[in-house]
Amino acid sequence: MSDNSSVLGKRKKINRVSVGSHNKKAKKSNANWSYLNNEPKEYLLNVGRLAAFLLMILIWEAGARIGLIDSFFWSMPSEIIQTWTIIAVDGSVWNDTFYTFQSTIYGFVLGTVGGAVIGLSFWWSKYYAKIAEPFLIIFEAMPKLALAPIVVLIFGIGLSSKVAMAVAITIIITTLTTYNGMKQVDKDLVRMIFALGASRWQVFTKVVVPWTMPSIISALRINIGLALTGAIVGEYIGSTHGLGRMIFYAGQTYEISLIWAGIFNLSLLSVGLYLLISWLEKKLLKGILH
Amino acid sequence: MLNEYKLELLDVSKEFNSRGETVKALDEITMKIPDHKFISIIGPSGCGKSTLFNIISGLDQPSDGELLIDKEEASGTSGLVGYMLQKDLLLPWRTILENVILGMEIIGIPKKEAKEKAIPLLHRYGLKGFEYSYPSQLSGGMRQRAALLRTILYDRDVILLDEPFGALDAQTRANMQEWLLDLWDDFQKTILFITHDIDESIYLSDEVYIMTARPGKIKHRLKIDLERPRKPNIITSKKFIELKDEALTMLSEEVLKSQQMEMQAN
Ligand SMILES: Nc1ncnc2c1ncn2[C@@H]1O[C@H](COP(=O)(O)OP(=O)(O)OP(=O)(O)O)[C@@H](O)[C@H]1O
Ligand SMILES: [Mg+2]
Repeated sequence: MSDNSSVLGKRKKINRVSVGSHNKKAKKSNANWSYLNNEPKEYLLNVGRLAAFLLMILIWEAGARIGLIDSFFWSMPSEIIQTWTIIAVDGSVWNDTFYTFQSTIYGFVLGTVGGAVIGLSFWWSKYYAKIAEPFLIIFEAMPKLALAPIVVLIFGIGLSSKVAMAVAITIIITTLTTYNGMKQVDKDLVRMIFALGASRWQVFTKVVVPWTMPSIISALRINIGLALTGAIVGEYIGSTHGLGRMIFYAGQTYEISLIWAGIFNLSLLSVGLYLLISWLEKKLLKGILH
Repeated sequence: MLNEYKLELLDVSKEFNSRGETVKALDEITMKIPDHKFISIIGPSGCGKSTLFNIISGLDQPSDGELLIDKEEASGTSGLVGYMLQKDLLLPWRTILENVILGMEIIGIPKKEAKEKAIPLLHRYGLKGFEYSYPSQLSGGMRQRAALLRTILYDRDVILLDEPFGALDAQTRANMQEWLLDLWDDFQKTILFITHDIDESIYLSDEVYIMTARPGKIKHRLKIDLERPRKPNIITSKKFIELKDEALTMLSEEVLKSQQMEMQAN
């Protein structure tokens, strides 16, 4: 409360200074819309979010028990918790989670680095860049998940096909993001360093690459989600391990609670990866932009 | 040593082709610049001053004519002169120290050695305490100092400065002029200096070249025989006012022409 009133007090003061004291009407109306400036409290938000989540679980559970929700298709939270406990204790779900984690990370790194390198390589020749551009755009427009059956046929049902899917889905978008960032490079900076007698390689490493880094970093967060999607779809098509395979087989045998247990772990993995990349992004940006 | 010029432009012309149209930016410019001189160039906006610097620095090729630096043909060769372009152009991701040593880095001087060389200069020329700041943390005047020091540390005999103080307020500008004269005195460079400010050009220079409206020609070479070191109040002296009057008369003719040209174009 004291927090809010001080904020309000400041607002009014600023208003008085800028508008002038003769405008009483404006001052009054300011008090009326000032609730818009009240920032919600963080802990209340978290309590509210948790409550909403529990309520949904409760409705789901109750609905399934009364028969309002068909538990054959939807399962119910208590059963899901039971199933999840079993596979969590025997460890199989963690193995699958790790498998998916691995292919996602490999694919993410290869796709991101590969895309950045290809994007940066376009700086070296306008012909090469202009010839490649339409191909990139076409490949980007293509739904790459549709490639999964071919990719699995080519790379087999092991880890490499999942990595390949994750790469396929991330590399072109990274290339385009990098290329677009690079096109914005300040031409005068290039002239300046060239006037200092810099070689092409020096112009590239000292101006073009650092200039483009923020664009590449901006692709990281999107790529991690895409890589995970690619890996999972690869596992759906054919795999011996992984959360995707687990969910897919559970679906084939109508073990609905197992599907949900798998999705739960997938969400954990996804949040974990997201946090990891956000942290990495912050570190990298700090190193470059300060 | 007679007729030993540091820098010579002989009938240099430059044409640009843009969208099928030919624009003549420079028309038979001849300039002969002795060593250690401070030369200013003034002329209406768009008359080709920056183009002239681009040619001297090797960023652009002249369409015609010769450029000699130390008596050797130098057109199209970059890295022979220090060039500070119209903006400060510091790399935002580098500290001031790292920016200032860029030129040395490019010649291949090891970073450590370059830094050791740069730090005392940063201290002496008013950037003490800013070595590890980033350009965005500095005022416009400080950034110009850093950009100028980068150019000086690049250690070429000839230095081209394209309106380095154009964006600064009057007070900062006056400080920077003194600062630049100190620097010039200490390092014994040949400086070519573009400005729009007649007072500035006379105050700083040994000679002022006045250019015509586009296509740029040399309209007049004004010798500034004012004693050095000059004090700021010299601008109220009779001699200074005479020189200023002469420069102003010629420049305003050209500015008028260039405005008429612009109106016809519209
Ligand atoms: N790369 C280019 N292509 C086509 N025309 C150009 C090019 N560079 C400059 N010009 C033209 O040449 C003329 C001279 O330009 P320049 O930049 O040298 O003028 P300036 O005297 O430096 O002007 P200012 O005082 O505004 O900086 C202008 O008309 C400009 O439009
Ligand atoms: Mg210019």
